[in-house]
Amino acid sequence: MTDVTDPLAAEIHGPSPRQLLKARALSHKGLIFGMMVVLLLVLVAILAPVLAPHDPYAQSLMNRMVPPVFMGGTWEHPLGTDHLGRDYLSRLIYGARVSLMIGAIAALISGVIGTAMGVAAGYFGGKVDAVVTFLINVRLAMPVVLVALAVVAILGGSLTVVICVLGLLLWDRFAVVMRASTLQISRRDYVAAAQVIGASTPRILLTEIMPNVFNNLIVIVTLEMAHAILLEAALSFLGLGVQPPTPSWGLMVSEGKNMMLFEPWLVLIPGAVLFVLVLAINLMGDGLRDVTAPEGRS
Amino acid sequence: MLTFILKRLGLALLVALTVSFISFSLLFLSGDPAAALAGETASGEDVEALRRLYGFDRPMLVQYAEWLFSALRGDFGESYYFKLPVASLIAERLQVTMTLGLCGILFALVTAVPLGVIAAIRPNSIIDRVALFLSVAGQAMPSFWFGLILIVVFAIQLGWLPPSGAATWRHFIMPTIVLGYYAMPAIMRLTRAGMLDVLNSDFIRTARAKGAGETRVLFKHALRNAIIPVVSLAAVQMGFMLGGSIVVESVFALHGAGYLAWESIARNDLPTVQALILVFSMFYIVFTFLADVLNAWLDPRMRSA
Repeated sequence: MTDVTDPLAAEIHGPSPRQLLKARALSHKGLIFGMMVVLLLVLVAILAPVLAPHDPYAQSLMNRMVPPVFMGGTWEHPLGTDHLGRDYLSRLIYGARVSLMIGAIAALISGVIGTAMGVAAGYFGGKVDAVVTFLINVRLAMPVVLVALAVVAILGGSLTVVICVLGLLLWDRFAVVMRASTLQISRRDYVAAAQVIGASTPRILLTEIMPNVFNNLIVIVTLEMAHAILLEAALSFLGLGVQPPTPSWGLMVSEGKNMMLFEPWLVLIPGAVLFVLVLAINLMGDGLRDVTAPEGRS
Repeated sequence: MLTFILKRLGLALLVALTVSFISFSLLFLSGDPAAALAGETASGEDVEALRRLYGFDRPMLVQYAEWLFSALRGDFGESYYFKLPVASLIAERLQVTMTLGLCGILFALVTAVPLGVIAAIRPNSIIDRVALFLSVAGQAMPSFWFGLILIVVFAIQLGWLPPSGAATWRHFIMPTIVLGYYAMPAIMRLTRAGMLDVLNSDFIRTARAKGAGETRVLFKHALRNAIIPVVSLAAVQMGFMLGGSIVVESVFALHGAGYLAWESIARNDLPTVQALILVFSMFYIVFTFLADVLNAWLDPRMRSA
């Protein structure tokens, strides 16, 4: 839009919305920090086989509970070993895969369900809206941790079951936010214009509504991903999530719990990494919200 | 106001009914509850005997109706594990959970509201930054990990507090902090946002123009309006917290309803699990209903919603 070769035009038009967005994003410390940490951990997860010094499943009963290097250990096991002599750093690195995968896929599943419900409720209103609002109410009334634990216990704890259970439980925020945003957008003139020229409903939803609620959607995706990662860790900590010997950070905390008295780092390290990952994703989500909707900051 | 209450009550009942059906049907997720109960090594005859004993051979809807009507009378059947009525088991354990939930929400309110107010009065001050940090950290903190750290520091290293159990009030200090911290960020953010919003409104300017003192403006005019949504959020959070207490109770070995839920799930004690899911949902439904009514009472504009 902006003609940069003409200084007068540049002065009149000012920076384009896209340039403004970029400038806001680059000056947002939380967003930059969050993105860098998340990117780093995604890279670690992808490159796990290259980065991990040992096999995360390889037990060595001669090398049980070796302390980390900063507590008198050796560089052979930088973060020490657990109660079965498995290298802690390697398990931590492979654990990033589990957390990120569960978070991403669960957020994707719940995102599809929640967005479909929310957009339908916001666009069609009336009975559709009443049904969706009712379903949201029902979903919110169900205690998430309890239901997830019960279902995982009945179906058996595996990565797939945990992902599906979380994906089917965490759609409420998507539905709430997408409903509100769609309601707002569908009152705009350009939606009415599209309706008047006879555009089909799917076309309006895809080309008029979706692009305009997309920013909000991305924010919720990140926040729900963090939520799913925390829940997986809690389920695994309670012994009804990802099952041993899979390296999950929540499971590592749970396994280290019994030795907490003498080897507190067994609990401290995986919990701290989990905290940093969730913090980074949340900062990214909050940052994205600030940057894409600066007027709605709270 | 009465129409509003009746409408909300009808909705709450409908939600409760749906939730009861879902928590009942969870039992059938495994396909055959009798086989699940008998275990993998059981013979076909044993499974059949169990099926008849617990009535799994009848249509599911019949079983549901029967379960629902007994539940309405306060009879949730008998626990497979304890061989005791589920209702009395839960009632006994709920005391601990209710105490914990109440202490948790009080802790959250007592810390979050003042912080949120000060943060709103002095945006970008040190306190605002501390408050922001606490809320961002709180949202990312795995509660089981936070609990374990508190145990390591205050129970093991310093020896100030007992690490687990529910014998005295001192046993509740750490669980209260962990559970309360979980609810704190949302309450603080809402208080801060509400205060900022109200402080910029016309009636505050009018109050100041009339010459009302700053304390009076802040507490009599601003806080009273900003606190309305916070009260209803606190009620909703209370419902969430009771359901979320399962993690905290297991970390601190507090034998409340959440702990019972965890044990029962691990033991395949389905009647207890069903009843607990229903009870926790009912708490949430009652609390949100009360929050809605309270909101409508405090702010008549909400009544049309």
